[in-house]
Amino acid sequence: MTVPAIELKGISKAFGPVQANKDISISVAPGTIHGIIGENGAGKSTLMSILYGFYKADKGEIWINGKKTEIPDSQAAIAAGIGMVFQHFKLVQNFTVLENIILGAEDGGLLKPSLAKARKTLAELAAEYELNVNPDAVIEEIGVGQQQRVEILKALYRQAEILILDEPTGVLTPAEADQLFRILHRLKDEGKTIILITHKLREIMEATDTVSVMRRGEMTATVKTSETSPEHLAELMVGRKVLLRVDKVPAKPGKPILEIENLRVTDDKGVERVKGINLTVRAGEILGIAGVAGNGQSELLEVLGGMRPGSGAIRLNGAPLPLSGPGSDARARRAAHVAHVPEDRQSEGLIMEFHAWENVAFGYHHDPAYQSGIFMNNAALRADTDRKIEKFDVRPADGWLAAKNFSGGNQQKIVVAREIERNPDLLLVGQPTRGVDIGAIEFIHKQIVALRDQGKAVLLVSVELEEIFGLADRIAVMFDGHIMGERLPHETNEKELGLLMAGVNGEAA
Amino acid sequence: MDFLTIIQVLDSTVRLATPLLLACLAGLFSERAGIFDIGLEGKMLMSAFFSAAVAAVTGSVWLGLLAGIAASLLLAGLHGLASITFRGNQLISGVAINFLAAGMTVLIAQDWFQQGGRTPSLIGGGRFGPIDWPLSETLANVPVIGPVYAELLSGHSILVYVAFLAVPATWWVLFRTRFGLRLRAVGENPAAVDTAGVSVVGLRYAAVMICGVLCGIAGAYLATALQAGFVKDMTAGRGFIALAALIFAKWRPWHAMWACLLFGLLQAIALRFQNIDLGGVVIPVQVMDALPYVLTVVILAGFVGKAIPPRAGGEPYVKER
Repeated sequence: MTVPAIELKGISKAFGPVQANKDISISVAPGTIHGIIGENGAGKSTLMSILYGFYKADKGEIWINGKKTEIPDSQAAIAAGIGMVFQHFKLVQNFTVLENIILGAEDGGLLKPSLAKARKTLAELAAEYELNVNPDAVIEEIGVGQQQRVEILKALYRQAEILILDEPTGVLTPAEADQLFRILHRLKDEGKTIILITHKLREIMEATDTVSVMRRGEMTATVKTSETSPEHLAELMVGRKVLLRVDKVPAKPGKPILEIENLRVTDDKGVERVKGINLTVRAGEILGIAGVAGNGQSELLEVLGGMRPGSGAIRLNGAPLPLSGPGSDARARRAAHVAHVPEDRQSEGLIMEFHAWENVAFGYHHDPAYQSGIFMNNAALRADTDRKIEKFDVRPADGWLAAKNFSGGNQQKIVVAREIERNPDLLLVGQPTRGVDIGAIEFIHKQIVALRDQGKAVLLVSVELEEIFGLADRIAVMFDGHIMGERLPHETNEKELGLLMAGVNGEAA
Repeated sequence: MDFLTIIQVLDSTVRLATPLLLACLAGLFSERAGIFDIGLEGKMLMSAFFSAAVAAVTGSVWLGLLAGIAASLLLAGLHGLASITFRGNQLISGVAINFLAAGMTVLIAQDWFQQGGRTPSLIGGGRFGPIDWPLSETLANVPVIGPVYAELLSGHSILVYVAFLAVPATWWVLFRTRFGLRLRAVGENPAAVDTAGVSVVGLRYAAVMICGVLCGIAGAYLATALQAGFVKDMTAGRGFIALAALIFAKWRPWHAMWACLLFGLLQAIALRFQNIDLGGVVIPVQVMDALPYVLTVVILAGFVGKAIPPRAGGEPYVKER
């Protein structure tokens, strides 16, 4: 039997009372792609941070190529041949590709020889692995797909034999993701060992040779990918059977609720992000907006939610809503029965330091039900919160807990409960399941579908194609501030949407 | 206005720009590494006092300079401890240093010398004297080139030349060396430096210490070269003007030099032309004196275009999970 490239033996790590990793052992054969899958907070990232020297394990041993290795810091990890591509790239935005690659791996006190050597090595690596990037491009001026290549090149430049990728496809278009997986296979063929951390079952099934499942800090199983199924993996992740498909009856679209005409939105830097779009959302349907992050979807949601001014026209139930000036703010939108589950719950949906019961009322504080003369009726608020906590199965069921002490999924349940329970005519939802565990995803999806079935309109923005396919009754694809096209879910496929998301319009061509 | 007057104003521009330039470069190192430093003023003041005090007692300006640098380094270390090791608020730490220096200098000066919070006047070896370039006397009478050579270039103290040589040196260190690359990186994205296996804390301390040395030289120049001894609050906001110049220069060494020369020029004009008569309307001296400060406010208010500071500036680095 070959010596494993990486072997972890009994790794444990606690942060205060939280046991992030509990007695974890894995063994990865060289020249393979090993997946690690698990829900948010299952301890995947902690484990990899230990392997990369960010944290020191409380207990356990790391063996690299059959040798016991201490990894007290990143320097040691690099020396042991480990390279890491973080979910959030660790690049200096205003440096060139070349400068980023040599940073920390310079050959001497002066830059010139280091840069020359890196330029040469980069050309060789580009030829060997099809990793082409312009060495003189400045990071902030190249796309995320390219930036990710720079991260991979950084690791290869440091002669990494083991490459760890943490949620690498989160920011990529489907086409870019495919390209990434081609590169990973190429690296594998050259004998590199790859660890792929993800929460996407599809990627595990497509790309890996073996897969380990983590749940609540423990390694629950390690299996050969060819001998498992997505359903089985999901069950291992959550600890019970999960419905991966959203269960819903066909939509019965009614009258138009939201009509958008020639909407234009400019961001804080004065850049136009929504460039004249037209959309209609009808009663009893979910319109899904697909697209790679940063193509104007966020600004669209913000303007509809009253967080940002725009120009053009929008109508709700036939009546025009102002896009700027008085009556265009978030409070006016809520009064018009538009509820909004914002994309970033931690900065826009909740105040993390406040109690759950305070968060449950945000945006609706002026509701007479919460008033008692000139004072807030906190008792009524808390009673209302307890009701919502029970109905939405928020855990722990404690209204006095600060929002930050709930898991991502339960935080999102609090926001969704607040918005859906107002019984809005139109629900705006941005990335409803980002950073939410599978169990809670299932629940949140059910709630959104239930609202639709009551004849309400839902506008869903998500970068997860699977979510769009699962929930939406109609799909609009956004690219660079334009709607590239509308499709019905059963008449299209990921490949077609992927092209639209990349700005390629098959119809126009 | 004759040619000689212009030369004389420019000459005093150079003298007055020198402490600004040293402080500005000091701030440049610190802020490029992501540590905001509004304590430049305090460090200069502390150094001004200790350099003058030691020079007065020992009679050696060089010992004075060393003492000034040491005092400034001590405060720099304090700022480093507060903002790097303990991840405190960099602005508050800087403000504290300014107050500390303003109070301590006068207190110690009164205790040591009993001259109302000042040091005795420095004479002879207690001051940095002018360095006359070769042949300056001979060339002084050559038209145009003579005065430029003899008045403007020659005859400054050694610290003036140090300050202006520090400009290309800073540029070279920042953009041509490994240390400079890492320093700039740590001010933009410390996580990138950290994951590359380089110590963020080490780099930031190095930057703060360089800042301390340069502020030390700036303070010593004020008390032992520009003036002859320490007086209360003698920095007179130069640390803040240097910060304004730094923003004006968008954190670039050569631009910093031109920005400091501009401020120096305004101060020189105010010194030279006390009451300017504009055909009946007399501009009082106070207006002239206020000019550098007015320009500072204008620059800080962002009237000179958008200046993008180092992205990680002001934020303590905490490893994220």
